[in-house]
Amino acid sequence: MTRKKRRLLLVGIGLGVLALAVGLVLTALNDSIVFFNSPTDVVAQKVKPGARIRLGGLVRPGSIERGENLAVRFDVTDGNETVKVAYTGILPDLFREGQGVVCEGVIGAAGEFTADSVLAKHDENYMPKEVADALKRQGHWKDDYGKDSSP
Amino acid sequence: MIAELGHYALVLALALALVQATVPIWGARTRDLVLMRVADITAPAQFVFVAAAFAALTWAFVVSDFSVAAVVENSHSAKPLIFKISGVWGNHEGSMLLWVLILALFGALVALFGRALPPALKADTLAVQSWIAAAFYAFILVTSNPFARLPVPPAEGRDLNPLLQDLGLAIHPPLLYLGYVGFSIAFSFAMAALIEGRIDAAWARWVRPWTLLAWMFLTLGIAMGSYWAYYELGWGGWWFWDPVENASLMPWLAGTALLHSAVVMEKRNALKVWTVLLAILTFSLSLIGTFLVRSGVLTSVHAFATDPTRGVFILAILVFFIGGALALYAWRAPMLKQGGLFAPVSREGALVFNNLFLTTACATVFVGTLYPLALEALTGDKISVGAPFFNLTFGPLMLPLLLAMPFGPMLAWKRGDLLGVAQRLMVAAAIGLVGLAAAFAIDDHGPVLAPFGVGIALFVMIGAVLDLVERIGLGRVPFATALARARGLPRSMWGTAIAHFGVGVVLLGVVAETQWSKEQIVSLKPGETVSIRRYDFTFRGVAPRQGPNYTALVGQFDVSRKQEPLGRLEPAKRNFLARDMTTTEAALMTRGFSQLYLSLGDTHPDGSVAVRLYHKPLVLLIWLGAVVMVIGGAFSLSDRRLRVGAPKPARRGVAVQPAE
Repeated sequence: MTRKKRRLLLVGIGLGVLALAVGLVLTALNDSIVFFNSPTDVVAQKVKPGARIRLGGLVRPGSIERGENLAVRFDVTDGNETVKVAYTGILPDLFREGQGVVCEGVIGAAGEFTADSVLAKHDENYMPKEVADALKRQGHWKDDYGKDSSP
Repeated sequence: MIAELGHYALVLALALALVQATVPIWGARTRDLVLMRVADITAPAQFVFVAAAFAALTWAFVVSDFSVAAVVENSHSAKPLIFKISGVWGNHEGSMLLWVLILALFGALVALFGRALPPALKADTLAVQSWIAAAFYAFILVTSNPFARLPVPPAEGRDLNPLLQDLGLAIHPPLLYLGYVGFSIAFSFAMAALIEGRIDAAWARWVRPWTLLAWMFLTLGIAMGSYWAYYELGWGGWWFWDPVENASLMPWLAGTALLHSAVVMEKRNALKVWTVLLAILTFSLSLIGTFLVRSGVLTSVHAFATDPTRGVFILAILVFFIGGALALYAWRAPMLKQGGLFAPVSREGALVFNNLFLTTACATVFVGTLYPLALEALTGDKISVGAPFFNLTFGPLMLPLLLAMPFGPMLAWKRGDLLGVAQRLMVAAAIGLVGLAAAFAIDDHGPVLAPFGVGIALFVMIGAVLDLVERIGLGRVPFATALARARGLPRSMWGTAIAHFGVGVVLLGVVAETQWSKEQIVSLKPGETVSIRRYDFTFRGVAPRQGPNYTALVGQFDVSRKQEPLGRLEPAKRNFLARDMTTTEAALMTRGFSQLYLSLGDTHPDGSVAVRLYHKPLVLLIWLGAVVMVIGGAFSLSDRRLRVGAPKPARRGVAVQPAE
């Protein structure tokens, strides 16, 4: 095999693997990415029921209800609109009223959001970036949000 | 006073770096040995000054000097000493100081141990190393001075983020940085080769030990970080495909590819241009990782640092070094002469195959990590790319690599015999199939993929063992002869086999953990019992406990199996007073390579607690396998051929020269 042929073969195989990877990436991006939405988006029905999304906002104070078997309900608000969230399981350590959360799950037909994972902010200086942006967009951003809301 | 001395030492290190960045390279151009040797003095001196700066900051943390801003933000006088020390790098400023400390350390090591290097190559390498150092010293001094004082010192510090107050995270960053930053040497060598316009097999022999060393530390660092996330975050997950984790995985993948391509270059003088590119890319990915983690552009589990001005500075460094290196590469690489020919089916071919898949896998991780950032910048849409994406892309790309791995070391250089190797691997394939069948038999309604994963893992492990067995002729020649051959076998071959075996071990752990883990989330009242895979957990109640800088609520669970008591598990919730922050301390019980994992959720007024309970079969193999890989790396590193400056042995090997 000549040097040229060998190189051609190598480049061919390389391109083949690359094509495979691009194919995998594209299908995976189609199937497995999750969009981030605010409660306003959800109420305005920008999101189809049954679609998997991440919902971000603040936990509305006084809205946490605990049920049997680790079931919990709470409201997520961006100041304009509020979405009810149902979740079963253990909430993260930093889940508190008035704090930023990101819930991942599916919106039901009744407009209630069923979360299968709940992420809270990770320390008192940190608010999920999407939540902060969503609040800013809605004009409800206060500079002291996320700074230190515990008295 | 001590903080000011540290600051001054860092400024001096910058001054030295500027000298080292210019004088030796000028010397190399004018062939002036005196100028070239300036780097031999400035590189260790830089290390001494950065070490002094680092010691000064450590001192400020140890004595809780609350007039230093970094100490106030990240320390507390009641914190245990070990976490006062680890607090030095548990924050942005200190961790950047650690970064440059390690950069200076590697520069000094090359200066001291690189005696056998051609003077011009060494001078160029150390000069490039110093460009990087100068850029990062400037970054620290301009945007993130760790020694900044507060005009009015508070009486008490704000404490270190409680999640970071853990032994695992105390040693994780230094290991990770030793890996990340260690690749800077390969980068500097590549740049030096491009500047010189000359590269040969000897170059690969000089670069390989440094790459190997960095790779070993990075492997350990990633494994350590993964184990930390596993027990500290309380979810029982060991890899989240979080951008910060990906930031360390990308240089690892590229670095692994570099290790393999450097072998081809060293042995066969081929793949030169590619190896140089990989050396550049590996460190570029380390820089990108530093940028992702330190600029706060990501929303991530580990995003502890956020400040946009710093982001722009690091981005500028990134663009300068990656752009500059690639431009130099585009200009000079065509001048590098191509080397030895090889057939597609050969050891070289197998290593090319390895490189192809590793770099492609690295590219998919890169896309998955940066796509959300790019999309948000371009359209404003916010998305998250999580585990499903990576499982769909990374997994299928690893599969051919794993299947091909046992073949590689058995193929001959230049032209290999695929059929012959396949025959020699029959035993491994058979054992793999038996494992597959056994896994099916034990668990006939579990996930279908799991038994196949077990089969492949066994194939990889046995394949690695078979390679050694074949080479020393175990079973074919008298035992004493085999033993003598084993002793005479180059250490790098032991290294290859051990590291490949380790990959199989990791795979086995990953497959078992992901496919056969059993999880239960329940609410328990005192006296109640919950069972998981025949292990019974009886909840005895919760008790408060006082720690040095936290109060804890400790749950007490008695564990038994078939009525036989095994011990008590005490998972806890710790509340750190200085930050009013709670962390979950999972309790672990190790049974062989498997673990029982228990973490506490909320406690309710009626005395019941929510608990998360896992049985994780063979989970320890994930990290033990990584350790095995590192041991393989250590064997390879101890090969006399790679010992820097070691003269070539007059007589190679013993009576039998293995097929290299």
